[in-house]
Amino acid sequence: MILECEHVVAGYDGSDILKGLSFSLEKGTTTCIVGPNGAGKSTVLRVLSGLLKTRQGKVIFNGQSLAGRSTSQILSLGIVQVPQEHSLFPEMTVKENVRLGGYLLRDNALVNKRLQEVEELFPLVKERASERAVNLSGGQRRLIEFARALMLDPTLILLDEPSMGLDPKTLKQIFDSMKAMQEIGKTILLVEQNVRAGLSVATHGLVLESGKVRMEGSAQDVLHNPEIGSLYLGGTVK
Amino acid sequence: MKKAESIILLIILVFLAIFPLIFSNPSTTSVAFFAVIFAVAAAGWNIFSGYTGYVSLGYAVFSGVGAYSLALICQKWNIAGGYTPFAFVLVAGLIAAVFALPVGWIILRTRRHVFVVVTVATLFIMQLLAYNLEGFTGGSAGITLPLPSWTGDFFNMPFYYGALILLVVAVSVSWLIRHSKFGLGLLAIREDEDRARSLGINTTMYKLIALMISAFFAGTVGAMISYFTSTVFPAEAFDPLFDIAVALMAFFGGVGTLAGPIIGALLLETLQQYMSLQFSTVGLDLILFGGLLLVVILLLPEGIVPSLFKLVSKMRASHESTPIPSSSAESTDSERLAVKEGKNG
Repeated sequence: MILECEHVVAGYDGSDILKGLSFSLEKGTTTCIVGPNGAGKSTVLRVLSGLLKTRQGKVIFNGQSLAGRSTSQILSLGIVQVPQEHSLFPEMTVKENVRLGGYLLRDNALVNKRLQEVEELFPLVKERASERAVNLSGGQRRLIEFARALMLDPTLILLDEPSMGLDPKTLKQIFDSMKAMQEIGKTILLVEQNVRAGLSVATHGLVLESGKVRMEGSAQDVLHNPEIGSLYLGGTVK
Repeated sequence: MKKAESIILLIILVFLAIFPLIFSNPSTTSVAFFAVIFAVAAAGWNIFSGYTGYVSLGYAVFSGVGAYSLALICQKWNIAGGYTPFAFVLVAGLIAAVFALPVGWIILRTRRHVFVVVTVATLFIMQLLAYNLEGFTGGSAGITLPLPSWTGDFFNMPFYYGALILLVVAVSVSWLIRHSKFGLGLLAIREDEDRARSLGINTTMYKLIALMISAFFAGTVGAMISYFTSTVFPAEAFDPLFDIAVALMAFFGGVGTLAGPIIGALLLETLQQYMSLQFSTVGLDLILFGGLLLVVILLLPEGIVPSLFKLVSKMRASHESTPIPSSSAESTDSERLAVKEGKNG
């Protein structure tokens, strides 16, 4: 197991959102977290990236506890998050934005090597290198955010609703890029409102309800579970 | 555009290097000295405020510390007028940089508008200290610096070229920072400090280092001006108008750019000095200066350099998108090839 969460309790302003959450991730898998609003989907990602501290429980990544670690220490361990809202620096160029993803790397040659690898995976990075990020479309920005996330060659990538606000054509590009990241061996933890699309790209599914795991299993099992279908897919899957 | 900016800067520096050889009149070189020294101030201000987005209106805190440092060094060590005090200008800059460490540690706990207000407050605290610590600063009587024994025709030259050397250093440091990983981190702070931190940038340390570098140049500017005028008083050393002038120069030329603050300082300081000489008796200079600034703010809100670059980009884009008539497509292609070859050859 690459990640293990055991009885995690976390929340905001005195109230608990995650109420004893336990789950684990296998290396190289893509897990899609689904659940109703307020179930704690995004909170899980905030805990894993160090933006929110746990009140109880343990989070073990690659055999190391994440307790008390800062966001940059967690980045160094190999966990990166692509947040829900667009997070590029709008007035900086595409290349500058992507380079910033490898900010923790001290070796400049390694940064250039990673940049080259990322350019191969996301040709847009090279094509629009000197363009300011503000001039890109929503989908292009998302792709550049993916590219930036890969600069540290992370083990675990946290994606918070990457499809939000995108048209179907762009959505396909985004999911294709996720598949490309899977192919190079990255472990992905995905939160997705578009449940069907999220589970179709994932290998595993995790259903959250009121801060606890209600169901987990292979993505296909979750997708075709009648109860889940009636709750989150409009009752169409039987 | 970065290349164009570097070329513009190089042309400006070469022009400034030969300027006194063409215009040797002492009143002209005196104006030129102030223009160049304010360019150093604007470039230094830009390293912190321009790159991080933390607009400081307390830059005179560090120029004042530099001015008093040089005055006290000369007074305590009985240094005579001449070239020796120039060496201590750098020491004054270093003292200002060290002074920026505790000041920055306090004021950088704030952001945005609060930061601006805190910098202004810090300036007035320093001015009050300078007035009241009479045993150290001489109070309202100030401190007199040694007067060089150079002749009237030559007097401005060492100051002018001293300021120009500082400008070359300030431009080089700005360029190096802008093209470094450190500079990239500062720009990320300007865009979104929280996001920058989430990428692993140590924002507190970066801001502090940028402030110290910026304070170094402020210190050298204060020291140079005090040596040039041979006096240092609390009101002049910690002058809020100095802060406003430097910030305006940077915004006028293009804040956060390499060449902008320098162009802004050279134009505005020259204009201000000229207007003061021509119209100061009736106060018209201030009205004209203020009016001009309003016009620039309305017409070039981003400053001269970014506005010019945008204009060039627009012209290029419209030129590239001009449709080629199908009947003459072949000849147009060959014409383009000829132009390209001509350019290359």
